[in-house]
Amino acid sequence: MERIPILQMGEFLLVTIQVDMHDQLALTLQDDLSERISRTSARGVLIDISALDMVDSFIGRMIGTISGLSRIMDAQTVLVGMQPAVAITLVELGMNLPGVATALNVERGMKLLRDRVEHS
Amino acid sequence: MATLQAKTVQALQDNRIDLLNEWTHSLEATGATRNLKGDDVKQQTGDFLNLLADALHNGGSQNINHENWAQTRLFLEKLSHSRALVGQDSQQTASFIFALKGPVFALLQREYANDGAQLAEQLWEVSELLDGLGMHTIRTFQKSREAVIKRQQEELLELSTPVVKLWDGVLALPMIGTLDSQRTQVVMESLLQRIVDTGSEIAIIDITGVPTVDTLVAQHLLKTVTAIRLMGADCIISGVRPQIAQTIVHLGLDLQGVVTKANLADALALALKRLGVNISKAV
Repeated sequence: MERIPILQMGEFLLVTIQVDMHDQLALTLQDDLSERISRTSARGVLIDISALDMVDSFIGRMIGTISGLSRIMDAQTVLVGMQPAVAITLVELGMNLPGVATALNVERGMKLLRDRVEHS
Repeated sequence: MATLQAKTVQALQDNRIDLLNEWTHSLEATGATRNLKGDDVKQQTGDFLNLLADALHNGGSQNINHENWAQTRLFLEKLSHSRALVGQDSQQTASFIFALKGPVFALLQREYANDGAQLAEQLWEVSELLDGLGMHTIRTFQKSREAVIKRQQEELLELSTPVVKLWDGVLALPMIGTLDSQRTQVVMESLLQRIVDTGSEIAIIDITGVPTVDTLVAQHLLKTVTAIRLMGADCIISGVRPQIAQTIVHLGLDLQGVVTKANLADALALALKRLGVNISKAV
């Protein structure tokens, strides 16, 4: 079955979404990620969606849910590399993703993640 | 359906010179020739009468959508287009055709002086024909005007959305004019694309040139701010004038979570501070 890989870098987890997200894939990712966070007791999660160029309301909600559940499991979450079209779509759908930290690219995302972990 | 009789067509052709003179007089009397060159009007009236006579002679069909009238229609389309560009209004353009009615009616009255029934029938037919041509003129005139307006709107849209780079990592978008959905969309897209292209962390939207802010405009602004945040950059709104600040408060708009500054200089200073850039005077 198709899965989105979750890479471990020290105390951080790195999720790179390289394929078109469909509903089942998003649900699997949610399960996998929560399980990995609890197993590795990761302090931060970085989700890179720079290759994602299409979203619907379900995927938008899943992105919000994944960030939310990581935060509850005491892992700071940063969403990086959102494409302009995706951002506009989410805003038009009324999904502002409140409380989700964002950054322009992976490098800045890592920096933000380190800052947040230090301060938490 | 009754048609124009050969006698009528013949009469129109035979009295062309008289008709032309009377028509020109009547055009001048209604003021339809204002801002136009006398020679041009003469040329156009002459051409139109020739085309009319030809079309009547060839087909005699009353339906101006018939192919016999193609030349005449084309002529009228060109005419109304040129009138639209000169800046004449629809009434002046339409009276080009309608001013011909008087002379033609007078002519028919002379021709059919002895036959009341025929006169009424022929008058009706001529009137129908000229009305049709007049309406066609107005329609094309309107179309030309709409095309001009549409082009200007598009040019305005292009003109008013420049994204400028103020500093390494700081973009600014000076908004000018009223914000509507379409403009916001264009502005948002170009700004977000520039953020991705340049990797800028801070975007400043300057609304000094926005005349009024109502709930809709505020909603558009908030959408843009949210989209920028989702991309991972920060947004500062600058140029909030006193009246606009009052309006926003009176309307009860919630701009919480949005950083606002009174002018662009303050916004730039804040942006530089966030970037960790220090500026000092050379001693």
